[in-house]
Formats: sequence, C-alpha cells, structure tokens
Amino acid sequence: MKISRGATITEPGSTALEETGSWRTFRPVIRYEKCIRCMICWNFCPEPAIEKKEGENYPVANPKLIKMPVPVINYNFCKGCGICVNECPTKAIDFVREEK
Amino acid sequence: MNYEDMEFFAPGHRACAGCAAPIIVKWALKIAGPKTIVVNATGCLEVFSTPYPHTSWRLPWIHTAFENAAATASGIDAALKAIGKRDDINIIVFGGDGGTSDIGFQSLSGMAERGHNILYIMYDNEAYMNTGIQRSSSTPFGAWTSTTQVGPSKPLGKEEFKKPIADIMAAHRIPYVATANPAFLPDFKAKIQKALSIKGPKFIHTISSCTTGWRHDPSKTIEIMRLATETGIFPLWEIENGDFSKIRITYMPKQRKPVEEYLKPQGRFRHLFNEPEKIKEIQRMVDEWWARFEVKS
Ligand SMILES: Cc1ncc(C[n+]2csc(CCOP(=O)(O)OP(=O)(O)O)c2C)c(N)n1
Ligand code: SF4
Ligand code: SF4
Ligand code: SF4
Ligand SMILES: [Mg+2]
Repeated sequence: MKISRGATITEPGSTALEETGSWRTFRPVIRYEKCIRCMICWNFCPEPAIEKKEGENYPVANPKLIKMPVPVINYNFCKGCGICVNECPTKAIDFVREEK
Repeated sequence: MNYEDMEFFAPGHRACAGCAAPIIVKWALKIAGPKTIVVNATGCLEVFSTPYPHTSWRLPWIHTAFENAAATASGIDAALKAIGKRDDINIIVFGGDGGTSDIGFQSLSGMAERGHNILYIMYDNEAYMNTGIQRSSSTPFGAWTSTTQVGPSKPLGKEEFKKPIADIMAAHRIPYVATANPAFLPDFKAKIQKALSIKGPKFIHTISSCTTGWRHDPSKTIEIMRLATETGIFPLWEIENGDFSKIRITYMPKQRKPVEEYLKPQGRFRHLFNEPEKIKEIQRMVDEWWARFEVKS
C-alpha cells in the first residue's frame, strides 16, 4: 500500500466501507408490535448500527405512535453487543443466535 | 441548529462490541455539530476509529501522541485566531485516562493555565486498555489489571486510589469542569452543550465502560455505567471557575445502591468478594464523599 504524505486520510467516514456485521454471534431482532418508538436503542448503539426511519409502514405498539420514527437495525454493521436488547424498556428486541 | 439526527462518527470502526467510547463520541459530536475540529490522543479510540487508510470521523480530526494532545489543540486555537477564523469553531480533545491523567497531563495543565478555548473530554475506562489493560492513575482502588495482578500475597489488585482528575482540573480555576456519564444521556448532552457555550478551557471527565478490561458482558455496558452513578461511586457534578463551594450535583440518587451492585457484574472486582473488609472500605469512601450532600434524616 502506498502511504499518503503525513498518513492523511481524505475520505471522511470511510470505515463505513468496511462492514463489521460478521462479528456477530447473536442477532438483535426488533418486534415492532412491542416497540414504543422511544429510540433508547438508537441512543445507545455504539456503532451506530441503528438508523432512524419513517415509521408509517411498520407495525406499531400503539396506533397513536404511527407518525413517530422507528429504529431499524443495519445488520451490515451490528456487532451483536446486545446493549439495545438490554436497554429496551418494553423488551421488544429478541436476541437470537446466528446460524451458519 | 440541532444535529442530533446526523452521525458524525461512522460505523465500521473496530471497537470491541459493547465499547462505551463510541457512544460518548457520537453524542458529543451530535451536540457540537459540523463546525468542530477534533484532536485525539493515542489510545483505543484513536486506534479503532482510524484503521488506515480509513477513518470513522466525518469532521477534521488529528491524531497526536499521548503527551501533546492539549498542546496540539492549543496550537489549533492560536492558529485559528491568527488567521481570524476563531469564531464559532469548536475544538474538542478526546483523550483516554492514561493519555490524560498520566502522560498528557503536563500539556493539559498548560492548556488550562494559558486559557485556551478548548473542550477536553477524558473518556475514562480506568486503565491502558489498548495495550492490554495496564493500570493507570485512574484505575480504581481494588481493581485487577494486567499490572495489578491478584494472588495470595496480593489479594487486592490495585492498592492505590484513583487520581481525582476532575478535581485537579477544577483547581486550575478554569470556567467549567464536569463529570458525565452517557447512561444519563440528558445530563451528558446538557454538559457538552454548556461546556461548548462557555469560552475558555473546559474539562469533562466521562466514565467509559470497557467490556474487555472490566470483564463484563457487552450487553451490560450502559447498565453498569448507570450503576456507577446510582451507587455513588461515579457522582455527577459540575464546578464553575474552580469554586468548590458551589459544586452542583446534577444527579442526586434518592437512595444510593450498595457498591456491591456495581462491583459484582465486573470480573475485575471478582476477587474483592473474598475480601469483604475491602468492599466495606470502598463503601465507606463513597459514604464519606456523599456525607456533605446528604441530609441525615
Ligand atoms: C509515549 C507512549 N507510550 C506508550 C504507548 C503505547 N500505547 C498506545 S495506546 C496505549 C494505552 C492508552 O491508554 P489510555 O490513554 O487510557 O486509552 P485507552 O486505550 O484505555 O482507551 C499505550 C500505552 C504510546 N503510544 N506512546
Ligand atoms: S428501545 Fe425498544 S421500544 Fe424503544 S425504540 Fe428501541 S426497540 Fe422500540
Ligand atoms: S446489538 Fe449492539 S451493535 Fe447491534 S444494534 Fe444492538 S446496540 Fe447496536
Ligand atoms: S479494549 Fe475496551 S476501550 Fe478498547 S475498544 Fe475494546 S472495549 Fe473499547
Ligand atoms: Mg484507558
């Protein structure tokens, strides 16, 4: 590899080209029908591998919440730490072993 | 302008699953916004966020040695001033506990004394994690590390007390010093915001759990950091202009939990449970710290 002068890196955020999803041994799976869209999982995901998306097409715990954004896990980056599973106040995130 | 929905720290970094450091960084940057220059001392954060030729940072970022993170930031402050562009640009330093309380301390103290307009954030995982969990001056009393081994002749782990770095920074009489904990996110965000709104040197000491070095399940990162504050071991406070008499406790536990609840889930304290006297000693130190804030009923 040719090293740039001063080892400068000119492409911001380029670790996003290198996925870390293969690190996972357990997969967090959001059960949207139990999700109250509080975004606590999004607050605490260290990667971050949880994205905030428009929620209208997702199942919802309470119809009043349908306009609120939902958390969507990006499995290309989720390392399966389980913080979201542990912190979710409604236990809406299952943690399932990855199969080969 | 609110940048909370933007991510200035990209995924794909190589932090261990469950590391708290990226949570600290992503929130500090969401509050600071795009007009920010980051200086990063050597350590886990620097190593896992910049696997050459890639970077997780979406802001100008510079890596420095341990000794000179605050000196580099001081230079950036002076240079921006010289070219007339000092207004509304944040300069934030991230340093580990080794890089801050030990090796980079002289340049940090100099930055504070000269009055540079910089926010220094120390993410405290309480050891030299990147090189294999060696003790630092910020490692707490009783903790196992790879250089405070536990054995029959040394049942305790580290025998010395944690250096009170935030108190030491407050003693520099800089405008703002705070302790923070990402598990208490609204308080954490408010402190970053407040620090950045004040001109001059600011120092924030934030707890940063390390699943690898603290020896706990990665899913427990936030839970354990929350316990650090709920047990009173890591109190949340702020001090302005070094006025210790006006210290503001920003989270007052209604009923402090026993320290065991924080120690128990961490392998680095496992041996203490054979030394109940030592746990009592830790509890006594915590009680002593809180005595002046708690009204006895
Ligand atoms: C002067 C110097 N001594 C030793 C090292 C090797 N080293 C690299 S990272 C590191 C650990 C840093 O500890 P800390 O600042 O607490 O950050 P952490 O890795 O724990 O996040 C050490 C000792 C170095 N890079 N420079
Ligand atoms: S923490 Fe649980 S309830 Fe809250 S947004 Fe995430 S999945 Fe939904
Ligand atoms: S398991 Fe960890 S990495 Fe994966 S989405 Fe949850 S918090 Fe993020
Ligand atoms: S060793 Fe600790 S501080 Fe370093 S990346 Fe892993 S969890 Fe984070
Ligand atoms: Mg450290």
